[in-house]
Amino acid sequence: MTATTLPPVVGAEPAPPASARHSVDFTPRYWLFAAPAVVVIAAVIVFPWIFTLYMSGHDWKIGGGPEFVGLQNYAELFRDSRFLESMGHTLYFTVLAVVLPILFGTAAALVFHRDFPLRGLLRTIFVMPMMATPVAIALVWTMMFHPQLGVLNYLLSLVGIGPQEWVYAPGTVIPTLVMVEVWHWTPLVMLIVLGGLAGLPSEPYESARIDGASDWQMFRHITLPLVWPFIMVAVVIRTIDALKAFDTIFVITQGGPGTASETLNIFLYLQAFQFYKIGYASAVVVIFFAIVILLSLLLLYARQKSKWNA
Amino acid sequence: MTIDLDRPSRRSLMRGAAAAGAAAIVSPLVLREARAQAPFNWKRFAGTSIDVLLVKNPRSDLMQAAEKEFTELTGIKVSAEQVPEQQQRQKAVIEFASGKPSFDVSGISLHVQKRMAAKGKWFEDLTPYIKDASLTAPEFDFADFGAGPVAYARQADGSLDTIPFFVDYWMIYYNKELFEAKGVAFPKTMDEIATVAARLHDPAKGIAGFVSRGLKNANVPVWASLLLGQGIETTSPDGKLLTDTPEAIWAGELYKKLNKETGPAGQVGFNWNECQTTFMQGRAAMWLDGIGFATPLEDPSKSRIVGKVGYGVTPPGPKAHHAGMFADGIGISRGSQKKQAAWLYVQFMTSKAQQIAMLKAGAGAPGRASAYLDTQTISQSKFGKQYFDCLLGSAKVARAALPQIIPVTEFRDVFGVALTNAIGGADVAAELKKATETFAPVLAKSEQG
Repeated sequence: MTATTLPPVVGAEPAPPASARHSVDFTPRYWLFAAPAVVVIAAVIVFPWIFTLYMSGHDWKIGGGPEFVGLQNYAELFRDSRFLESMGHTLYFTVLAVVLPILFGTAAALVFHRDFPLRGLLRTIFVMPMMATPVAIALVWTMMFHPQLGVLNYLLSLVGIGPQEWVYAPGTVIPTLVMVEVWHWTPLVMLIVLGGLAGLPSEPYESARIDGASDWQMFRHITLPLVWPFIMVAVVIRTIDALKAFDTIFVITQGGPGTASETLNIFLYLQAFQFYKIGYASAVVVIFFAIVILLSLLLLYARQKSKWNA
Repeated sequence: MTIDLDRPSRRSLMRGAAAAGAAAIVSPLVLREARAQAPFNWKRFAGTSIDVLLVKNPRSDLMQAAEKEFTELTGIKVSAEQVPEQQQRQKAVIEFASGKPSFDVSGISLHVQKRMAAKGKWFEDLTPYIKDASLTAPEFDFADFGAGPVAYARQADGSLDTIPFFVDYWMIYYNKELFEAKGVAFPKTMDEIATVAARLHDPAKGIAGFVSRGLKNANVPVWASLLLGQGIETTSPDGKLLTDTPEAIWAGELYKKLNKETGPAGQVGFNWNECQTTFMQGRAAMWLDGIGFATPLEDPSKSRIVGKVGYGVTPPGPKAHHAGMFADGIGISRGSQKKQAAWLYVQFMTSKAQQIAMLKAGAGAPGRASAYLDTQTISQSKFGKQYFDCLLGSAKVARAALPQIIPVTEFRDVFGVALTNAIGGADVAAELKKATETFAPVLAKSEQG
């Protein structure tokens, strides 16, 4: 095969690659196709964001007019001890509500990946908490946590453990709320990791067995690296979910006792819908959004890195 | 007597003039009398439809149950919506702020939204409606509403923008069986509540001497009710905060002592429902809260202490004797296009019959005085005489417990945290001072714009 090279046309621009030509084609005939998506995105994403930014620069209470204050709301937020405290609570809650379901969910996935009698039935039962409505389960847990009349303290008494105050004490409220979160969302992690395990090739295990590797070595050096991208997906989903957690916390404690479980979401809700400080609440939203974006990017980077290394 | 029109005499003319003058004077009286005797025209707005926003509670259930009767009487169709309390308050604020609320009638909590409603000009002044005999049925009898509730509903400028149809008095529920077992009498003073609670407190048996709200925000009415015993509210009549005064600290110390030393474990996170459950299961000797929470206590399917519940008026404090008062009102949106039809709804739903139905159902204390005189209802009620004595006794010493300011919710939040910290062991005076310093600028700002 011989290649034919045409001489370049004098004065002509070099032709862009085919893909680039398509991406910069703004021919009016294509606008019609893009318009619906552009309108929807502008209406439901871009406009609310611009308006939130606008509100965050104003001192604005529902029922009153906006007064431009520049960055004053942001400056006030960083002097507000309740806001700073709520950031700490959010971080504490998020770390526990991500790490524990990931550990338990991965362990459960490894168990349910094996063959044993009634595996299908038990797996279905295990997944059931995930299907429940958060508000409904929060109400049920609230009753179970009652220090005098709740079933949890009764169960503890059967094994000789004294009554606990659960969500009714500042020191135990966040770990207890995390317990509800773990119960609710561990099945999701299990399903994601189980999906990863189902797709693993059998050859590396066969080779490892021939080489005399133990179960732990096979898990540590084969299963975990191969399933790691799936775990990272679960971590990203869980982190976003834990940061967003509002319904169960609000129903069970309303941020109490005192402000012991007041996360950013509860703080935001109070400012916006109890005190009607829309400007101040918008500044919280902007900061919160920045945190969520930053964390998500970090996790996505970590996930991508784990793929490159795999 | 006849008058010769062709040749009138001076005497006949004078007689005629006198008769005409008398007729001119008397005719409005005659007309008014005739109108008074004619049945009130409930049908004048037949065919109209009105929208109503209510808080989800048993009183709203009664209103909705009476809608059919109202529509049959007036021909006015009603579309009423019940929304849980917190969300209803938010909805009301946002819709009234829009200037065009989607409802013609709304209920509000006077103890939270009264000043906000006045500032935002949410409601019509009902006084002209009440005075207009063509719009108000003679049997409505506004004078029947208690002076206390009416004063509570009346705004500073004298306007009456809601009818105070429900009043909640704070009192002490007590477990008679536990009191009798230890031979203890109901406390005669606020200080005695603590001594009586200490005698009845028995953690080994799972019995708390006293239970009340410890959860932030919900706990403020408890402290504010105790403060009334010092003869003051949380703000002075001219709007100054009295929340770090020696009296406020005294009330805070009593609140702390009662909850920390004689309360159940975990009460720092208790709202009214946890208190109610604890008391209803026989796990607390006394419970300070609103009388509106009494109904389940006498329900055998929910309560273990049916027939053993005592109802006591909040005892006097060192300087005064008051029962904390909270109330709900119902009014007509200023932005409504159907105000007169809406007024017929309001007067029907706050009529004597409806108020008696509320008392009969155990759905709360009515704002009308006549409801408490209905001996048939009282004799048939599952609540004993002591309950009604407590209601009437509380009504006599009732006083608003929460401050009549615009940012009530923020007030409850800030001071609620202080009280929760106090139960946790923090110094009451320091907590109240800190809370007062935090809240003072919020209050000042709210009064500016």
